[in-house]
Amino acid sequence: MNSVVCIKRVPETAEATLKIDPANRKLEVDNLVFGINEADNYALEQALLLEEEFGGEVIVVSVGPPETDEIIRMALAKGAGRAIRISPENLSELDPYSIAKLIAHELEDEEYDLIFTGCQASDDGFSQVGVALAELLGIQHLSMAVKMETEEESATVNRELEGGLMAQYKLNFPAVITIQTGLNEPRYASILGIKRAGSKEIRVVEPGSWNEKMVELNKLSFPPPGKMAEIFQGSPAETAEKVCEVLKTKGLL
Amino acid sequence: MSKEIFVIIEHRRGTIRDVSYELLTKANDFANNIGGSTAAVILGNELDEMVQHLKSSAHKIIALKNEKLGDFHSEYYQEALKSIIEERSPLLVMLGHTSASYDLAPALAVAMGLPLISGCSDLRLEGNKVITLNQVYGGKINAEYSFETEKGGIITLLPGSVPAKPGGLSAEVEEVNVSFEREFEDKVFIQFVESAAGEIDITQAEKIIAIGRGIKEEDNIAMIEEFAQSIGAVVACSRPIVDAGWLPKDRQVGSSGKTVKPKVYIALGISGDFQHLMGMRNADTIIAVNKDPNAPIFGAADYGIVDDLFKVVPAIKDKLAQL
Repeated sequence: MNSVVCIKRVPETAEATLKIDPANRKLEVDNLVFGINEADNYALEQALLLEEEFGGEVIVVSVGPPETDEIIRMALAKGAGRAIRISPENLSELDPYSIAKLIAHELEDEEYDLIFTGCQASDDGFSQVGVALAELLGIQHLSMAVKMETEEESATVNRELEGGLMAQYKLNFPAVITIQTGLNEPRYASILGIKRAGSKEIRVVEPGSWNEKMVELNKLSFPPPGKMAEIFQGSPAETAEKVCEVLKTKGLL
Repeated sequence: MSKEIFVIIEHRRGTIRDVSYELLTKANDFANNIGGSTAAVILGNELDEMVQHLKSSAHKIIALKNEKLGDFHSEYYQEALKSIIEERSPLLVMLGHTSASYDLAPALAVAMGLPLISGCSDLRLEGNKVITLNQVYGGKINAEYSFETEKGGIITLLPGSVPAKPGGLSAEVEEVNVSFEREFEDKVFIQFVESAAGEIDITQAEKIIAIGRGIKEEDNIAMIEEFAQSIGAVVACSRPIVDAGWLPKDRQVGSSGKTVKPKVYIALGISGDFQHLMGMRNADTIIAVNKDPNAPIFGAADYGIVDDLFKVVPAIKDKLAQL
């Protein structure tokens, strides 16, 4: 069973102080730590599990600058066979549709049963590329997989709905499945794996300036101060006292 | 180009989902601003009752009927929507940014050659451009996106972006019997599956202490459990804690988990992305503890402490012991 896994390099922003560039178009990334998008890490793990069960090859695809090789090497160290990195000149201007187009174009000559992507990227949160890619390739798709039982040519997949409910589908291959976090337990790379990854192929594709986009980013800004919590100042003992006062006033103690 | 706005209605097990009324509210405002009108587009098998519920919320209802549309299936939905959109050329098609639209909207947009902006919280028309407001980087930054409306376009709106309000309209109803030229046998809906219910029902709790990534390690949860017990609260969590397998799915608060409305919700080390906020923003009192002063949770909370939860929680426990 051959799988393609699409991964994205994203900044870790949860606890970071963010800055926007003077043109209001990009995040200032100098002080940020980058890594593989969380859902993509689960997608990669799912492909590796299927390779262990059914044989075949895992091919990693990423659209990104040379720094992306860091997360690609890590995927190769975990067991992926080879990788394709697509590096257009105008990457930061591209919308999800043009990213999907780039990937679809590169996959024309590949043979695969399944294509995995994360169901959502932590940066723009669009959740578009995987499903758009399926449509471009003319194959089936299912998004937000939270459970998957795989056979040789099909899978039974639970997709996540709201409120803890799931919808179960039977899906024949070839197909794109976008993976939600929590589907499996992503592995860590072994020392041996890391050594081996150095000799694996990362094919770099440079399509130049790519102009397929339909959506423009106009500007980035910080959210205007809206409703904001009353912030308790002081030492932990002082702030703790205020929390207790609130609980007491509301009759909750 | 018409000035009609299509709102794709979402329903499950015979009930229209709340997000559809929010969408209609937003769409009616948008249509009023541009001198246009709204059409609620509902797809399904038995639609009469749901159509009645929609009548006051749109200028028109288009009911697309076929037995294959009974339960959501993105391929059949896409086929049916594609033909009606091609026929009517609405200015804009609006869907909720929900699980269903994750499966449907990107493929529909590609199939029709239409631009798509997903997950916006607001939108406006300027000249021939639709301009949206999106929250990116976990809600810490706003992004403004746009597309030209020459051919039309699709947007998906975050649930909870606007409160739903009555439309006061009286829709004409148009029924269309859809036929499909092919069957999608490579993707078959089997059934709905409920996630297993545990011993504790967090939706019934009066006091909730919720933990997020900031808890760092599974072993730290015991300390939180102890704190919760001391004030008669239950422990809930955000998604990463369930993904890591540290707490069961039925303790998860958020759009893919439970919606809770306790008297007090204490969020510890939870940054507060929109999915989480959807599940707890209606709590009577929200207290948030987070190291990051820019964490979106402080926008939803009534009271906040910008500090390390591992310093604040023991201090609260000490204070409680003195009471």
